[in-house]
Amino acid sequence: MADTHSVIGTKNKKGQTFTDTWKMMNEAPRTPSFYTGSEVIKEALRRASCDVMIAYPITPQSEAAALIGELFAEGYIGDYFRGESEFAVMSQCAGAAFGGARVFTTTAGPGTMRAMENFPMWSGARLPIQMIVTCRGINSPLSIQPDTLEIAYLLNTGMLVWHAETAQDFFDWILKGYMVSEEPDVHLPLALCCDGFFVTHTKDVVNLTPADMCLPPYDPYRSPVPCMDMECPPVRMMRDPFVMKSNYISYATHASWQQEVWAAVERSRKHTIKWINGLIETENTDAEVLIVSSGTAVSQGREAIRLLEDEGIRCGLVKIKSLRPWPGEEIREATKNAKHIIVPEFNVTGWLAKEIKATIPNSDRVNAGPRVCGGMTMPPEIIVSEIKNLLGMRTMSLAGRGS
Amino acid sequence: MSKERIKISEDLYDIMPSDYQDLVKSATYGKEDRGWKDIGNSKELIEQHSLCAGCPESMAFRYILASLPNPEDTVMVGSTGCTSLVFPMVAVHNIHSLFGNQNAIASGLKRALSVRFPGRTKDVVVLAGDGATVDIGLDMTLQAWFRQEKFTTICFDNELYANTGGQESGLMQKGFVAKMAPVGKLFDKVRLPEIARESGCHYVVQCTVSKPSLVEKVVRNAVMIAREIGPTYLQLYTPCILEIGKNSMEGLQEMRDSEKPTERFAYKEYVSEPAKQLLAEIAAKDKEKKAAAKQLASQGA
Repeated sequence: MADTHSVIGTKNKKGQTFTDTWKMMNEAPRTPSFYTGSEVIKEALRRASCDVMIAYPITPQSEAAALIGELFAEGYIGDYFRGESEFAVMSQCAGAAFGGARVFTTTAGPGTMRAMENFPMWSGARLPIQMIVTCRGINSPLSIQPDTLEIAYLLNTGMLVWHAETAQDFFDWILKGYMVSEEPDVHLPLALCCDGFFVTHTKDVVNLTPADMCLPPYDPYRSPVPCMDMECPPVRMMRDPFVMKSNYISYATHASWQQEVWAAVERSRKHTIKWINGLIETENTDAEVLIVSSGTAVSQGREAIRLLEDEGIRCGLVKIKSLRPWPGEEIREATKNAKHIIVPEFNVTGWLAKEIKATIPNSDRVNAGPRVCGGMTMPPEIIVSEIKNLLGMRTMSLAGRGS
Repeated sequence: MSKERIKISEDLYDIMPSDYQDLVKSATYGKEDRGWKDIGNSKELIEQHSLCAGCPESMAFRYILASLPNPEDTVMVGSTGCTSLVFPMVAVHNIHSLFGNQNAIASGLKRALSVRFPGRTKDVVVLAGDGATVDIGLDMTLQAWFRQEKFTTICFDNELYANTGGQESGLMQKGFVAKMAPVGKLFDKVRLPEIARESGCHYVVQCTVSKPSLVEKVVRNAVMIAREIGPTYLQLYTPCILEIGKNSMEGLQEMRDSEKPTERFAYKEYVSEPAKQLLAEIAAKDKEKKAAAKQLASQGA
């Protein structure tokens, strides 16, 4: 039966056509454009049919957040304002999502940490907010440099967490991310992470979808929990608030809801695989040496692989795109032939290596590094050197490595 | 919300909880002149609550819910504390998310409702305790007012943290000995009504909830002004009888004692010029309506 309520094919007030997302992302013509990562975020938002965006300045996301303000001034966003802190902004985002809006925000580093109390609440309240995280250092003394430590803190919030490598990933995943987040059997927030500066402040060629096409609007009545707009009956939720009770029913209720949030993360798997073409991407996984990583560390890995090829060393690659849901099966399959698994990371603790070790058999194959942090770059040469060391080959000593 | 939406399918009527059947039969959604006098002859929008016996907060809840001018299109925002024990039993949509972020939630909510329902009235009312409003959430309380967010903030001022067992709060009186104020509170009660006025609130009232008619009036005014003009603030004394050593029956007297002209909860009101105009317009319209009704009645007779 034809859906008479569909808005597909109709125009919004800016003259953009609401377009079936699958067609828009996979079949519509693409225009190569030379943009910074921040500008790419703006271009994605132009096409996202976003109702409310809430901004707050923190490097390195300030430019993107301000550019979306320009979109609001042009009439592409329903409402937009600057909040007073990240904690407040994430609560304002929650309020807007409770009220049935498609919501977008951006943050980074200390902002992510300040707002942290909100994230499990977002998941628990099943709010499909999208938050861009342009990772930066959270250490003291103050740093504004790229560093991915904050992602480790997001992994247990019940949010979906994706890690973009390039601006192209970013453009596509912002739009596709809403499609996964807003599925009725998922309905969870998405933290779409990238490495600050490396992605936000560099220019790259990005293939954009047509500017006169946009996502269908969010339908809050597909949510698994009622939208707080008094458009459905306000039933009494419970006879006794569970917070007051110390009894089995109270515990069981809280436990089952937490389990349901994580079950929703699991259910997002099939949608994520469909939309971003698998949770991981692989190259040459029959090689004995495998680089497994996420974010821009993957790009550095690609360079290292090229350098190693010149010397006749064959090395494969696994790019992890989604951290939540975690691609455990995929990683086990992709690493089954590997004797050495190299995990380059832009953080001091090596949270990704720990996740991988907890996933695969014979985890002593995992080499948790090289790691850089505090804004240090990761020259491909240090990955090459790490691999050669593992293979028992002579390497040039690198300054600062103490080798 | 249309009142049609709360109707029950005939086939399911008998299995619905009786309090829901009552809501459909005799709640006052959509009643134009609803108010505290409906209590007792209609279904209230609050079912039983789990507050202490005699808690003035429960009276405040009942009066406020009876007085909201537009409950069928009102969303309330609460915070952690004694109020969060009541909201699950309240028959308007309400949000509890975290402690102290209520005015941030309300800011996002009000804007979302404005984007989604242009041209329709959707009121947002925050109701939280003094810890949430003045201590942990003060930043967000004030910033919402600075931004002129169009919703009402109601603070249940019981001058301490009641739900966690009676600790010192910013609205506690100076000198009061409490948990975390072992030698008595060392600084004055925060003057939030004055701060609210200076922060851009268009209607500020401080009073007790001893008189339902007064609560009805200030709640209606606050919601109407927030809807049309900008932020409004009510600070209502709802003493925690448990923590100040009173009996269940003594809450009302405690409020009466504290609202005397020389006491700290003497009625205090601030109304901005645009808000005064709006109230005058509403009063004029009410007068017209009453006159028309009177004329109609006399013609009928």
